Amino acid sequence: MEHLKVTVDGTTYQKEVEPRTLLVHFLREDLGRVGTVVGCDTSNCGTCTVLVDGVSVKSCSMLAVQADGSEITTIQGVSDGNDWHPVQSAFKECHGLQCGYCTPGMVISSIDLLNENPNPTEAEIREGLEGNLCRCTGYHNIVKSVQRAAELMEGTKS
Amino acid sequence: MIPVAFDYKKASSVEDALAALAEGGEDAKLMGGGQSLVPVLRLRLNAPSVVVDCSSIPELKGIKDEGGKILIGAGTTHHAVMNDPAVKSSLKVLADATASVADPQIRHRGTLGGALAHSDPRADQPPVALALDAEFTIAGTTGQRTVAAADFFQGPFETAVGPDEILVSIAFPKLDGWGGHYEKFNRAAQAWSIIGVAAAVRMEGGKIAEARIGLTNVGGTPHRASAVEQALVGASSIAEVEAASMHASDNLSPFADEDADVDYRLHLARVLTARSVARAAGIS
Ligand SMILES: Cc1cc2nc3c(=O)[nH]c(=O)nc-3n(C[C@H](O)[C@H](O)[C@H](O)COP(=O)(O)OP(=O)(O)OC[C@H]3O[C@@H](n4cnc5c(N)ncnc54)[C@H](O)[C@@H]3O)c2cc1C
Ligand code: FES
Ligand code: FES
Repeated sequence: MEHLKVTVDGTTYQKEVEPRTLLVHFLREDLGRVGTVVGCDTSNCGTCTVLVDGVSVKSCSMLAVQADGSEITTIQGVSDGNDWHPVQSAFKECHGLQCGYCTPGMVISSIDLLNENPNPTEAEIREGLEGNLCRCTGYHNIVKSVQRAAELMEGTKS
Repeated sequence: MIPVAFDYKKASSVEDALAALAEGGEDAKLMGGGQSLVPVLRLRLNAPSVVVDCSSIPELKGIKDEGGKILIGAGTTHHAVMNDPAVKSSLKVLADATASVADPQIRHRGTLGGALAHSDPRADQPPVALALDAEFTIAGTTGQRTVAAADFFQGPFETAVGPDEILVSIAFPKLDGWGGHYEKFNRAAQAWSIIGVAAAVRMEGGKIAEARIGLTNVGGTPHRASAVEQALVGASSIAEVEAASMHASDNLSPFADEDADVDYRLHLARVLTARSVARAAGIS
């Protein structure tokens, strides 16, 4: 077992983990934070995406021990209490989801995308989300949601 | 799936990692960004006894402009490589190829050294390293050695890096004033190349003076299209670029797979080489 200290969505945890534990399994099974889901066995779908020290990673493709000392944000940590993150509000407003399975990853990847590029073109949005697969929406409303989120976030600056 | 159990060692220096590899013996496995290794462990295609994590070794990270060349630490992430100002201006073809790898999440963790050491026949950066005559610095318990790109790629998933060695850095000669382009042909977002062509071109008076061309996924190792490089000298029109690019299929014996049969691969090699060179040279 390896000792692990991580901050997840603002709370610091100290745990013993087996080295083979994937970060996503640690979040779900050891911490009970099941907002982050698993959608594939091949590192393709992106539904497990979280922010590790501010950048998006696939939590199924990282060992929990590798996150020692880092700060993680999952879908459960993006809102400010009852105030939704602008990306969450935009997904609701633009119907950026149907079944919702891809949504935790889509929202996190969109936050990462807008952090790096606050004013993306449609092509940049489609490319920026290429690590996230959606089986329902056909992506169109997801793209609209990100465009709307960019507007909302522009409005919150000043 | 959950990987088979293994021990974990986080290395703090190259010496530390080499010692852990020596101690772990045959079944020890080095990990860079883990973006190829963790998927492999998850599918239980590999079951190392110990994983030596070199993702937090400071000396493996970073990009240095050393005058005539750019030295990239093996542990530098794809994201850092493709956004580096020196890489973007002096090694555009490397920046382009790196930006085409996988997706943003994987590029945040995957490393240049990991991709080159892994040497997947479909990977996008090996043909760039081959075409640009990059030099690889490899550390072992007896010290460091340098290997030329032409000797580095030895077969599918096989390189000059021994099981008890570590790739430390890759040096690329700077191509200031050259044009560059990476033409990746695939069918869906995030997919691997069916074929990819790396091209770097130096123009003089509207004509191609020098060209470097590397192809991926036309065999077990990246391919240097030397015959095209020679035939391109003096070319200034698209017709001349296309004629020279016909040599891209010289000495190729590609495989067939679910994406392309042999004839289609040979066709793609020629067409995509012309397209890549034209873009790199600004000829249309
Ligand atoms: C869904 C998906 C899509 C992908 N798409 C593409 C793509 O389109 N194009 C592409 O080129 N790649 C693609 N990749 C692969 C990706 O580029 C990986 O980042 C890269 O191949 C491995 O880099 P890494 O640092 O993560 O290496 P790791 O996974 O850590 O290691 C890979 C191998 O290299 C060895 N290794 C790592 N570092 C060193 C070192 N310093 N010295 C010696 N050996 C070392 C390891 O022992 C292991 O055998 C994809 C991967 C995934 C999961
Ligand atoms: S679970 Fe599919 S990419 Fe992580
Ligand atoms: S909303 Fe169902 S997978 Fe995206």
